[in-house]
Amino acid sequence: MPKVIYVSAGGASREVDVPVGTTVMAAALKNGIDGILAECGGVCMCSTCHVYVDESFFSKLPPAQDTEEAVLEIAAEERKPTSRLSCQIKVTNDLDGLIVRLPEKQR
Amino acid sequence: MARAGTIIVGTGQAGFQTAASLRMEGYQDPITLIGEEPHIPYQRPPLSKGFVLGKQDAESIELRPAAFYKDHQINLLNGETVVAISRPEKLVEIASGGQLSYDSLVLAVGASNRKVAVNGAELDGVVYLRSLAEAILIKASLEKAQEIVVVGGGFIGLEIAAVACILGKKVTVAEALPRLMPRVVAPLISEFFHDLHTAHGVKILCGAAVSEIVGAGGRVQRVVLADGSSYPADLVVVGIGILPNVDLAKGSGLPVSNGIAVNEFLQTADENIYAIGDCAEFPSPFTGSRVRLESVQNAADQAQSVAATIAGHRSAYRALPWFWTDQFDIKLQMAGISAGYDHVVTRGNRESQKLSVFYFKANKLLAIDSINRPADHMFGRKILAAGVPVSPQQAADESVDLRTLANTSPQHDAHTAGQ
Repeated sequence: MPKVIYVSAGGASREVDVPVGTTVMAAALKNGIDGILAECGGVCMCSTCHVYVDESFFSKLPPAQDTEEAVLEIAAEERKPTSRLSCQIKVTNDLDGLIVRLPEKQR
Repeated sequence: MARAGTIIVGTGQAGFQTAASLRMEGYQDPITLIGEEPHIPYQRPPLSKGFVLGKQDAESIELRPAAFYKDHQINLLNGETVVAISRPEKLVEIASGGQLSYDSLVLAVGASNRKVAVNGAELDGVVYLRSLAEAILIKASLEKAQEIVVVGGGFIGLEIAAVACILGKKVTVAEALPRLMPRVVAPLISEFFHDLHTAHGVKILCGAAVSEIVGAGGRVQRVVLADGSSYPADLVVVGIGILPNVDLAKGSGLPVSNGIAVNEFLQTADENIYAIGDCAEFPSPFTGSRVRLESVQNAADQAQSVAATIAGHRSAYRALPWFWTDQFDIKLQMAGISAGYDHVVTRGNRESQKLSVFYFKANKLLAIDSINRPADHMFGRKILAAGVPVSPQQAADESVDLRTLANTSPQHDAHTAGQ
């Protein structure tokens, strides 16, 4: 099963096994990663599952759709070139070892 | 003396978020979260969308897994009812017997389905949708039912109509008023969704008041409208709005109007008791009036605001309302409250399926509804939250960049953004 590594704003790192097809957001909630709030439940209406994707993985992700692009504009923490919404990242075998860094705040 | 802590009544989005946000605020005292439903807190929006379609199950819509509550020292009492509040002693009485003390009490008690008041309303096969239990019933009923009549052309009715249609059912929607979602959107948006449903084969009837539901052997058979026309149905889904749950507050002498009355800090007349979410009527800086809103945004943001206040960072509630609905492959995104508008302008059009409607009152921008124009919605949220002035001419002019306007924020301290 692919692994996803969540790195908190403080630098603490947690490695989680994530079934293929599960989103990085859903896996965070299920595994008690507190830096992901996911208030809208994963429908691209809030920005509270914002993550910074590690550069080595960023290019492996399908590009963000218009809806996600727009939501990233209202993120509580600065949008960076590797910003994504974790509700839109579905884990695949190709993403095994994916590292996402969590912003200091989500709202 | 040990602190009694906070009791939260209601395990919906507002109740859950209050408990979670209190811990995020560093609150150390006991937290007890009490709700009537047997399930641990879950999201309601998927119930009328992915859940009935089978894309999501009960576990995948949980707001957090069961371990979350233990890990955060949140005492979760699901399947429990608060029957009375004793304000002088700061106690609540619970149905299973016993009393619990509070320092702060948060009423996140939600609302109940408005019942259709016609003959035959009690027949088997006449159902409502608010809870997971009701969604499970609808999902199971849709496996057998072929002809569905939806009573009410609002968000819930239309979302369920779309889902039933996708599942291959013959669907008729009866809306009593002259157009769909009439209280919340402009005619242009109503027409867009009327066309969308019709194109998928849903029969939309507007100005269609239900006069009777007819059954045989205790089971629904058809729905009769005021004009005498009759529609066969083996399942009737009623979505005609909700009524705030105010009895508990009323019973303890708290003022109630269209909801439990609270001030800008979401406090009731008793400073130790708050009310939030679907059940609360509060003063909105965006409408200049008292409103009661039924949305995830309102529930989550009010919970956050109350949690900050209880944790010692007193915070007036000023978040911008926003909302969404998914019907077929279309998402309608709404920012602000359009009630009372006197003028609309648009960007895009119905034909392209990319459309935003900007609502104005006396040339002040109140709200924006967007279909397939997500940037309009998101920049619109920033613009509305910050109170950036936008004229109808600017709103109608595609060459005026909303991103630029959103980032000017001249009154940034006047309305803090909801995010």
